[in-house]
Amino acid sequence: MVKVLEMQGITKQFPRVLANDRIDFDVNQGEIHALVGENGSGKSTLMNILYGLYHADAGDIYVRGEKVQINEPRAAIDLKIGMVFQHFMLVEPLTVAENIVLGSEVRRGPFLDYKRAAEEVERLSAEYGLSIDPHAKISDLSVGLQQRVEILKALYRGAEILILDEPTAVLTPQEVDELMEVMRNLRDKGTSIVFITHKIREVLAVSDRVTVLRRGKKVGTKKTSETNEQDLAEMMVGRVVLLQVDKTPAEPGEEVLAVQSARVRDKLGTLRVNDVSLTIRSGEVLGIAGVEGNGQQELVEAIVGLTRIESGQIIFNGVDITGWSPLRIKQAGLGYVPEDRHKRGLILDYSLADNLVLGLHSEPPFIKRLGIRDDKAVQDNAERMVEEYDIRPPLPNQLVKRFSGGNQQKVVVAREFTRNPELLICSQPTRGVDIGAIEFIHEQVISQRDQGAAVLLVSAELDEILSLSDRIAVMYNGKIVTVMPAHEATEHKLGFLMLGGNLEDYQGEGGNNSVR
Amino acid sequence: MLDRLKKFPYEEVVIPILAVLLALLVGSVFILFVGENPLVAYKVLVKESLGSTRNLATTLQRSTPLIFAGLAVAFAFRAGLFNIGVEGQLYIGGFAAAWVGFTFTNLPRVIHLPLAIIAGMLGGAIWAAVPGLLKAKLGVHEVINTIMLNFIAFFLTDWLTIGPFHGNTMAPETGRVAKTAAFTRLYPPTRLNTGIYLALAAAVIVWFILWKTKLGYELRAVGLNPSAAEYGGINVAKNLVTAMAISGALAGLVGTEQILGLHNRFIQRFSPDLGFMGIAVALLGKNHPVGVIFAAVLFGALQTGSAAMDRLTAVPRELITIIQALIIFFVAAEYLIRRMIRHKGDA
Repeated sequence: MVKVLEMQGITKQFPRVLANDRIDFDVNQGEIHALVGENGSGKSTLMNILYGLYHADAGDIYVRGEKVQINEPRAAIDLKIGMVFQHFMLVEPLTVAENIVLGSEVRRGPFLDYKRAAEEVERLSAEYGLSIDPHAKISDLSVGLQQRVEILKALYRGAEILILDEPTAVLTPQEVDELMEVMRNLRDKGTSIVFITHKIREVLAVSDRVTVLRRGKKVGTKKTSETNEQDLAEMMVGRVVLLQVDKTPAEPGEEVLAVQSARVRDKLGTLRVNDVSLTIRSGEVLGIAGVEGNGQQELVEAIVGLTRIESGQIIFNGVDITGWSPLRIKQAGLGYVPEDRHKRGLILDYSLADNLVLGLHSEPPFIKRLGIRDDKAVQDNAERMVEEYDIRPPLPNQLVKRFSGGNQQKVVVAREFTRNPELLICSQPTRGVDIGAIEFIHEQVISQRDQGAAVLLVSAELDEILSLSDRIAVMYNGKIVTVMPAHEATEHKLGFLMLGGNLEDYQGEGGNNSVR
Repeated sequence: MLDRLKKFPYEEVVIPILAVLLALLVGSVFILFVGENPLVAYKVLVKESLGSTRNLATTLQRSTPLIFAGLAVAFAFRAGLFNIGVEGQLYIGGFAAAWVGFTFTNLPRVIHLPLAIIAGMLGGAIWAAVPGLLKAKLGVHEVINTIMLNFIAFFLTDWLTIGPFHGNTMAPETGRVAKTAAFTRLYPPTRLNTGIYLALAAAVIVWFILWKTKLGYELRAVGLNPSAAEYGGINVAKNLVTAMAISGALAGLVGTEQILGLHNRFIQRFSPDLGFMGIAVALLGKNHPVGVIFAAVLFGALQTGSAAMDRLTAVPRELITIIQALIIFFVAAEYLIRRMIRHKGDA
């Protein structure tokens, strides 16, 4: 096997952290090498060094056996190294072909030879099975297709080593499958791929070898076929991780939330929630599975009071709360972990301590007389939460934007869970959060349930839905398609229903389950 | 103690200082152009603005309205609002204060002066609350409305001054404010008056409101992330109006101080763009009350020193306008300065 790339003893010191500590990493010709680790483990730093965006303090890089200096991306491109970033760098109003040739245009005189550019792109895309229309405008393409354009762009520049930086973070499950197909195709044509991710399932599904980093150090490199989920999780986190949530059967009590025939329109007037009814009792978790954008978010925002509902009713503990303000609903006993923590959950430029009182800030003990803040109470509260929810680093006065995604989410969870709400709504509670924090958040959700909370869980991760829920509802096109006990659900069955299938048509895993 | 030191916002302080130094550096090129030695010119500038008690008093007198104006802009900015209407609000506030001043003539000082000040604040507050309300209820951008209300304020006070409330002089001005409603001069013959105490008190109150009260917590939350504030149970619309009203009250104090402390009557278009200078002061002061005080004193000193520089050297006083503009430029080009600092740190 030919090594196309070898990095030896790469070390990079940032002002306060050692991002890479003597890391060795190599890639064979025609393999998919997964590079995994939790947020902040140093995987992106390592690849940015390879692409010439950072300079290593120590260490050597060999490409095709030759020692090289990569001081800027240009040098990396000349060495046939290409990188696709999480945030795309495409010019939206231009076509696919125009974007791909941008910077290395085929010219006819002073003009762009658009026809030849398009032919070239067409040929490449056919060769690698990417099926992209060179004449399509970028702004008309889905995120998944835009990503393919980025890949094509790298290939057009002759990339033989392709770095994909967390490419699946922005994709829907279906798009992830398609991307993996593309990756396998590229590998079979001889391209070497470095696949950065922190999702173990994806590593197992598509890679040939995997290298795990933890806190800037390399933990090890293994053949994917010789490892498994549990093993990788332990390597990443550094201790035994519970991948399955340990929970006892639910003991549902009184009905806490009842949504009756709710209809919700979005700002543009489109009907997003169409006649939805559901109930949750205390001490149970109702999971809502669904491809994103099928009305889950609008339903949740209507329940918590952020969106007006057009018709229908929301009953909380026997009281009609339809049309109440978010604050009033919160005070009645709601905890809410919003889907987008940066938009709804946190004020990034506020300190940890200030974020931990958002929504509670107008009540004692945080307010003394005359609307004057009790700084000490705010501080004490923060210190208690940091301790209880293991928020790191434990600095109450640090701005929240300086914390990692996992710790930011812990801030939201701490604030929303701490008063033991009677109704807990968690929307994508572990999105962009690393394994250690996911485990912690899952435990907290179950612990709230066991203390008698009614929990509504919305998630695009079927694993999460299946492991936490007691009952599972599937939402499709603004409607609840079905509700079933969790033990009757399988990933396959939910996947079928999420895409618009009917339960009566479902014929089991082996059956012919085409969605009409 | 160490924690205290760590919390000190180095960048927030270093960048404005560097901006001022850079502006002076570039300004010295202009001084060389007119054939003068920059060091000599700057020495005159410093001496004539800070070099004696009398000069210092003049500097502080010129700083007083700038502190109010800077606070007005900074306060709104903290709530995410850009109040370009300070200039209009200060005319309305100033006129209200003047009206109380010349209408009631037999009130004791302890009642008359506070009443005039409150009237000034109210006038500004109401004028500013209008665009706040329009933003909160209809989503109309406050920049547009504050600018338009400026013009209404200019012409309204023009008419009031030369029309119904014209004094018995040939000039476009109202009658005199009663002595019981005037600020006391602190260091005659300079016009420094007790308004400076009011300005410093206002800075403390603004700081207290922003960082020590529920109102401040909510206002800043609205300014930083309205979506999260909304979910946190904060009434965004109400806070927008409140922020504008308080900002306007501070703007009203600009006019109040000028009328009750300097002119003792309402003079048509008395303000030398104090409201707009407030934007520059807030920008340089990083929207923090302490920063606003420093920035206002700096601008006050530049203005005071420029007259002397004009008189004693070949450098025209317009140079100070150039330097002020350069300061704004360099503060706005913060990114540039940050990069300069970083690169030094790298090497």
